Amino acid sequence: MSTTATRTVAAPEFVPPAAAAPGIAVNAEKLSIRFGEGEGATVALADIDLTVGRGDFVSLIGPSGCGKTTLLRAIADLVQPTSGTLRVNGMTPDQARLARAYGYVFQAPALLPWRTVARNIMLPLEIMGMARARRRAEAAQYLDLVGLRDFARKFPWQLSGGMQQRVSIARALSFKPSLLLMDEPFGALDEITRDGLNLHLHDLWARTGLTGVFVTHSIPEAVFLSTHIMVMSARPGRVVEVIESTLPRRRRLEDRETPEFLALSRRVRDALHLGYGHV
Amino acid sequence: MSESAVRKATGRILPIPTVVLVILIAWYAGAVWLNAPQAEALMDPDQPHGFWTLAQACWSMDRPVLPAPDQIVSALIDSVFGYPLSSPRNLLLQAGYTAEAAGVGLLVGLAFGVALAIGIIHVRTLDRSVMPWVIASQTIPILAIAPMLVVALGVMGITGLTPKAAIVAYLTFFPVTVGMVKGFRTPDPLQLDLMRTYSAGRGTVFAKLRWPASMAFLFPSLKVAVALAVTGAIVAEMPTGAQVGLGARLLAGSYYGQTMMMWSALIMASLLAVFGLLLVFVSERLLILRRGGRL
Repeated sequence: MSTTATRTVAAPEFVPPAAAAPGIAVNAEKLSIRFGEGEGATVALADIDLTVGRGDFVSLIGPSGCGKTTLLRAIADLVQPTSGTLRVNGMTPDQARLARAYGYVFQAPALLPWRTVARNIMLPLEIMGMARARRRAEAAQYLDLVGLRDFARKFPWQLSGGMQQRVSIARALSFKPSLLLMDEPFGALDEITRDGLNLHLHDLWARTGLTGVFVTHSIPEAVFLSTHIMVMSARPGRVVEVIESTLPRRRRLEDRETPEFLALSRRVRDALHLGYGHV
Repeated sequence: MSESAVRKATGRILPIPTVVLVILIAWYAGAVWLNAPQAEALMDPDQPHGFWTLAQACWSMDRPVLPAPDQIVSALIDSVFGYPLSSPRNLLLQAGYTAEAAGVGLLVGLAFGVALAIGIIHVRTLDRSVMPWVIASQTIPILAIAPMLVVALGVMGITGLTPKAAIVAYLTFFPVTVGMVKGFRTPDPLQLDLMRTYSAGRGTVFAKLRWPASMAFLFPSLKVAVALAVTGAIVAEMPTGAQVGLGARLLAGSYYGQTMMMWSALIMASLLAVFGLLLVFVSERLLILRRGGRL
């Protein structure tokens, strides 16, 4: 794992998704989500306004229960908004899902244990009806992209946690979505592995022109990866502040020591404290 | 082979002959114990005899209460090789009839069991309404329902394989349904969400996720079903005045006090079940190999 932390992955010929064009990838207005009815109802999200431009990388950060995962799931059409509007690539979330506009990376890799790594990556392609030969070629390309070419025929349980999560990223990208939704994908991994994957993800994003929406608990992770950091507060989930990054678009792990980086981290931390209210 | 490998191999193999030996000794002793009253009655009371003579007499009776293992083996060999395969006295032919009923019934039970499980996981009303009936169906003793079914179908002119296979199917669908309902429900919410992000329909979710995930539950169910299938076929062969099959041989044996015939049929029945189980184990092994060592 540690080797990949310092090495940039040799990119095969990669066709960027049709996303680099300016425009709006995700737009939410007065978005509210309530679970349950009447008195026992919990307000997960209250009046969220969010705009993610094409090619942006937006991190959602906030305390547990602030609804950041719920927001991501709403974008993915895995939960339904109670009120407000939500547009993904100009479509309703439902339409966007049917149009396969996004790839989703879950907290756990969620790989199918009976499929080899390569066949796991082929799963969405299979469901979308791609021919076998093309499926194979695409899977090989994305395995290269996440630096796991030699593991194509291994089974998920033969891989480390970090490698499994890379496979799940490759799977999410394999059908060339323009939007990548990630729900704390590296939360369960150790610090070193996490650094490596952050760099990896950053390279991937910078090279492909993807749009990213990334849920995290970690301030350094959010600052390192993002063009915009949306800080949220809990119960009900609200937006405290959207911080636009002052860092250059291309970053290296060493940049985390720069005063600029630390100042940005400071701003995020202050906003988080504001969100907690009582701290 | 290294020394430790030899020790490991013998450590694994040695317990089996030990157990077999203990059983054989107990069996021969049991044969003496159970057969002695009759054997003694048959012997010349004027001729003095020791224990060994009595034991030998017990192990070589024509109609013993408990035949000795070597008697059963020779009776088994005789009933398989002593008659042409077309003769009704050939035990292999009779085993064939039973195997046919068990096999056909098992396949029907498997298909019905899987279909029912698919219905139960997809249709809420089926989930609520069918499961109690499925369980209730198995609380009726097969010994009670088999004769009724065979007689009722016989009245309608349906005889031979069909009633037997029906009884086998009736017994075998249950473990399959219970196992597969559980198996189809093993995929976790994360995997189901994943399929939803691909806009996969129910059919696709079933084919790509639920069915492969259920394999770990199919094989244990099948092992239970195979054992039930052989039992069911034999039970089904008993009520109709005993025509063909191992069940008929068992029944005939008990009518005429031919314990050796019964024991041969019994051994043949267990060999049949072992063969069926072997098929299940081999296919399970093949699937595990294809999946890189895990089911």
